[in-house]
Amino acid sequence: MSHIQDLLKQHGVPEREVYLDWINGSVVDKEVFDAMIPYYLEKDYGNPAITHRIGWSTLDFYERTKRQISQPLNVDPQSIAITHSFTESNNLAIKGLTKMYKGRKKIIVSEVEHLSVIHAAKSLFDQGYKVDILPVSNDGTINLDILQEKIDDDTLLVSLQSINHEIGTIQPMKEALEIVKDKDEKIIFHTDATSAFGRIDLDFSKTEVDLATFSSNRILGPKGIAGLYIKDGIKLKSIYEGQLSVEILAPDVENSPLLAGFAKAVELHFKNFDEIKNHTTKLRDKLLYGLHTSIERTEINGPAGERRAPDNVNVSFLGCEGEALTVESSMNGIYASSGSACTSRVLMPSHILTAIGRKPEEAHGSMLMTINRLNTEEQINYVLETMPKVIERIRSITGGIEL
Amino acid sequence: MSSRIPLPYAPRVLELFQNPQNLGRMEDATVIASAGSPACGDMIAFYLKVEDKSEIITKSSFESYGCASNIAAASQLTIMIEKKTLEEAWNFTWADVSEALGGLPSVKTHCGSLAVGALRRAIRTYYEEITKATPAWLPEELTKDEKHALEEEALAEKLKKKYKL
Repeated sequence: MSHIQDLLKQHGVPEREVYLDWINGSVVDKEVFDAMIPYYLEKDYGNPAITHRIGWSTLDFYERTKRQISQPLNVDPQSIAITHSFTESNNLAIKGLTKMYKGRKKIIVSEVEHLSVIHAAKSLFDQGYKVDILPVSNDGTINLDILQEKIDDDTLLVSLQSINHEIGTIQPMKEALEIVKDKDEKIIFHTDATSAFGRIDLDFSKTEVDLATFSSNRILGPKGIAGLYIKDGIKLKSIYEGQLSVEILAPDVENSPLLAGFAKAVELHFKNFDEIKNHTTKLRDKLLYGLHTSIERTEINGPAGERRAPDNVNVSFLGCEGEALTVESSMNGIYASSGSACTSRVLMPSHILTAIGRKPEEAHGSMLMTINRLNTEEQINYVLETMPKVIERIRSITGGIEL
Repeated sequence: MSSRIPLPYAPRVLELFQNPQNLGRMEDATVIASAGSPACGDMIAFYLKVEDKSEIITKSSFESYGCASNIAAASQLTIMIEKKTLEEAWNFTWADVSEALGGLPSVKTHCGSLAVGALRRAIRTYYEEITKATPAWLPEELTKDEKHALEEEALAEKLKKKYKL
């Protein structure tokens, strides 16, 4: 049963469209696309592990692009594993580590990690691992006192995100790292930096971070390619069996067009890092505070100011159900997502919003909008003009139902 | 983000969402009932105006705190029961609602159940509080759609405890 084409016809294409769902899917930059094409059609399409001219040429290309991709992290290109997604990187970091380090059996994560971290850790229960989950404050900041308490000589791994993907909390990574390494430098520290890559400075050469996840599609690079930084000396084992190529931690032959696209996206984004950050921060504040002041019964999810990711807007509109909200916004050409139960596979509200103490009915009315360098001030003005009408209509359907 | 599921709604769902029929509180309702819970993000209030002896529903309306299919299901049901007797209205099932909407994605079939659950509650309330006499056709035991509404409310209680509200 699928009516998608009829559904799209009924929906129509709104006169004005503003895309604010970059975290769930994005276009690639035109220059990134152009950089990828030759590698589909003519260049370096071989397997870099084969001994012929095309193989060697592809190996040379692979090494050059890895150098470019590793630059923003200021680490040795050899320390980067290329994977297919941040979900794979997170799984590899956690499961791949436990395949190499026997003995210690405790993994510490926070309750606002991406599910790929929480579920990868919990998948190890049947191998005798324990998972301790750290609580967060009401703006999503990881509780470091409890981290201090939980670390013991059975602790193998601490995995804490750099920035929260849903409410934009910039986590106190430096302090967390200090706590962990001061207590026991053998404990391995992984950070899921997917939402931090290109948003804050991530120079891992100056830190004791052992493992870090980052991804191409958060900086307008292609989907299907990501990375895992692995500090020299840390050993992981592949979580897949079968064919490996030059890259021994992820399966399949290296994908040259995706590598070219990732490298180009890195070049374009980090060349303009400050400019992009200032642009998105300005639009973020305009949208976040604009919605908060112009629409009654609106609450901001996550921190304000310097401690919030420069591209994250997340608000709860009380008295609105989030799925209806995204559909009504869509009719008005505004594309965003919600932490409502009705939008999830398990019909439960976002675990992040409930972790920061939002009541279910507040979580259901949440809306996540992410700002990209391609968004303009004019677009944000349109969103600010339109959202009060969207909210008014959804609230009129809720009517007198008491929440 | 948690895992998401594709929701390819039929055009009728979007049509009723855009332009819901019989939306809003009814001040002179004969009977009112609701089902679901805001904690689950899913609640429907049903209003019926019932003619005295004939027991014909002359007017019905709804309010919904819920997703697009929830709104559409409630609206569709108000259209289906127009000018029907309470007995006729009672006999509509979630499958009838779903069919009229062009089919609901399986994860959303409960939206149809919730609408039917709210309507049946309203009908029971009518006999319990207004006529104070139960007709023979009204089952004593709760039907499946009514139980569904109860299950969701029980889940809400559990959620409340889990999140210590």
